[in-house]
Amino acid sequence: MSKTIPDASLKKHHRLDQLFRHATRFFAFLVLALLGGILVSLLAGSVPSVRTFGFGFFASAEWNPVTEQFGALVPIVGTLTTSAIALLIGIPVSFGIALFLTELSPIWLRRPLGTAIELLAAIPSIIYGMWGLFVFAPVFSTYVQPALKGALGSIPLVGILFQGPPLGIGVLTAGIILSIMVIPFIASVMRDVFAVVPAVLKESAYALGSTTWEVVWNVVLPYTKIGVVGGVMLGLGRALGETMAVTFVIGNAHRLSASLMEPGNSIASALANEFTEAVGDLYLSALIELGLILFLITFVVLALSKLLLMRLARGEGQKT
Amino acid sequence: MQVTRFLKVAAAGTALGLASQAGLAAEITGAGATFPYPIYAKWAEAYKAKTGNSLNYQSIGSGGGIRQIQNKTVDFGASDMPLKPEELDKGGLLQFPTVIGGDVPVVNVPGIKPGDLKLTGPVLAEIYLGKIKKWNAPVLTSLNPGLKLPDQEITVVHRSDGSGTTFIWVNYLSKVSPEWKEKVGEGTSVNWPAGVGGKGNEGVASYVQRIAGSIGYVEYAYALQNKLVYALVKNRDGNFVAPNMDSFKAAAAGAQWDKAPGMYLILTDQPGKNSWPISGATFILVYKSQENPDRAKEVLKFFDWAYVDGDKLATDLDYVPLPDTVVRLIQTSWKTQIKDASGKPVW
Repeated sequence: MSKTIPDASLKKHHRLDQLFRHATRFFAFLVLALLGGILVSLLAGSVPSVRTFGFGFFASAEWNPVTEQFGALVPIVGTLTTSAIALLIGIPVSFGIALFLTELSPIWLRRPLGTAIELLAAIPSIIYGMWGLFVFAPVFSTYVQPALKGALGSIPLVGILFQGPPLGIGVLTAGIILSIMVIPFIASVMRDVFAVVPAVLKESAYALGSTTWEVVWNVVLPYTKIGVVGGVMLGLGRALGETMAVTFVIGNAHRLSASLMEPGNSIASALANEFTEAVGDLYLSALIELGLILFLITFVVLALSKLLLMRLARGEGQKT
Repeated sequence: MQVTRFLKVAAAGTALGLASQAGLAAEITGAGATFPYPIYAKWAEAYKAKTGNSLNYQSIGSGGGIRQIQNKTVDFGASDMPLKPEELDKGGLLQFPTVIGGDVPVVNVPGIKPGDLKLTGPVLAEIYLGKIKKWNAPVLTSLNPGLKLPDQEITVVHRSDGSGTTFIWVNYLSKVSPEWKEKVGEGTSVNWPAGVGGKGNEGVASYVQRIAGSIGYVEYAYALQNKLVYALVKNRDGNFVAPNMDSFKAAAAGAQWDKAPGMYLILTDQPGKNSWPISGATFILVYKSQENPDRAKEVLKFFDWAYVDGDKLATDLDYVPLPDTVVRLIQTSWKTQIKDASGKPVW
């Protein structure tokens, strides 16, 4: 009995097992090493800029390649504003799409609609940029912007956001294009998590006389909130780092303006625009520091979402 | 053991293969400016068909080209913005121009056709400073008595990416407007006081075509091929000229290359009755002291061929070839300045 498996064969199996384990571990650590490597090279590259500008880099809206005075305020504000607009529009729309697809749509319509949304996610971003510039911006500047300015421009506080000439390009346009780009991401994640809610739960709620909205709000959403937050973060990640589409429509002006209709700049599009022709060490270093800031913003967003998820999970424990 | 032996043999074989290839046909590498890329590619194609030697040119931008030649990863660098003589000396580099191009102001004003609008340098500077805000401003209407200019806001369009086209434009504005020189200055990208930025010539052109009442600047060949509405600009001699092959040639002819140390010469605001005021050349950078004289010689051979046989290809693509006098000057600089390690001239 004890002699059924020869020692040599066992040893060979063991060796292969070991090899496999080391190989997979190596790949996993390779990712960490890559991340570390990118961070280190960004840090090293931004040393001259950090030395020259210090923390003032974050607060200065100046961006003058001629006198080599650089500040990151305009691109940081642009990146955050466009992403915020994208989520503000993208989340409700995606929620509606996912809700319709999982709860309300006739069965025969679900597949084609779902596929269409996934196809939207597969369109390269430069296509969105070109469409935004050539198709969306003209329509936006002729019809939507004057209407927005007329309707909201005179309201105190909010009105400031809608001043300026209707150029069709600017922070608002970039935000709207971004929202179209993040919708497929958020919507398809939401649809997938909504679909895994056990039918028993929903049916019980319906049996108690709940409306569809009540079922979604009180049963589906609480059950899927982790997945929903994950989907939103995926969308936010795309919005923060999106380069080409934003570059086309944001106007690329290093000027701080309260109005969303005015041209602005984002970190990613500043990098795309200026990296190739950045002459001089300080200029290059300032751009690399911008890249580092984008890296940090993405990292902070990711960390915050993890924290949010952890708090959600803890809240669940207390309830039961 | 067997595997290592195999690898060694394979490596030796590859090395041999590479060496023999290098003996047959040289491949020279260059990197830099995007503006001359179409003509360098065209020249490279024709040159390869004729001699078998090929050129691998990467259009990564002037800034990248300067960095690459400083790191010695390429045989030559290319830049739309000439390096100053002191920068050349510091790096031990020689620079020479290849072809001439320039910028053209393009506008989108209702009722204005190509060549209708007349502008001057100082007026362009004031528009780009954001000081002239309307198309019917008195200074514009008095320059254009026959035109009916509308009561419309001017939207300034500039390049968002760093570019040699921008350099020529702001260099011209700096020369004609002290205020521009003081407030903005010159470079491949600047801190624009007004307007919106489009990426590349095509970005600027599409913004200008889309926004009514806008003015932008694009490279001459681009304006020509896309039939944009260009404006006439008053040159140094006081004439309003249109951008065309002759006016660019006139600008190049009026320039005094022999008096420019390091060939640091920007063709903006040049004298000459017909010269287009916003012209510029694009430049090549090579090391004066060559560690590898054979490769350097291949580079020079290529450009020598391009100066002699490449003019037609250049004009086909709407670049302006250099005048013969300038070419002779360049060839002399090759002879006297580019040397191998022992100090022997390469050319």
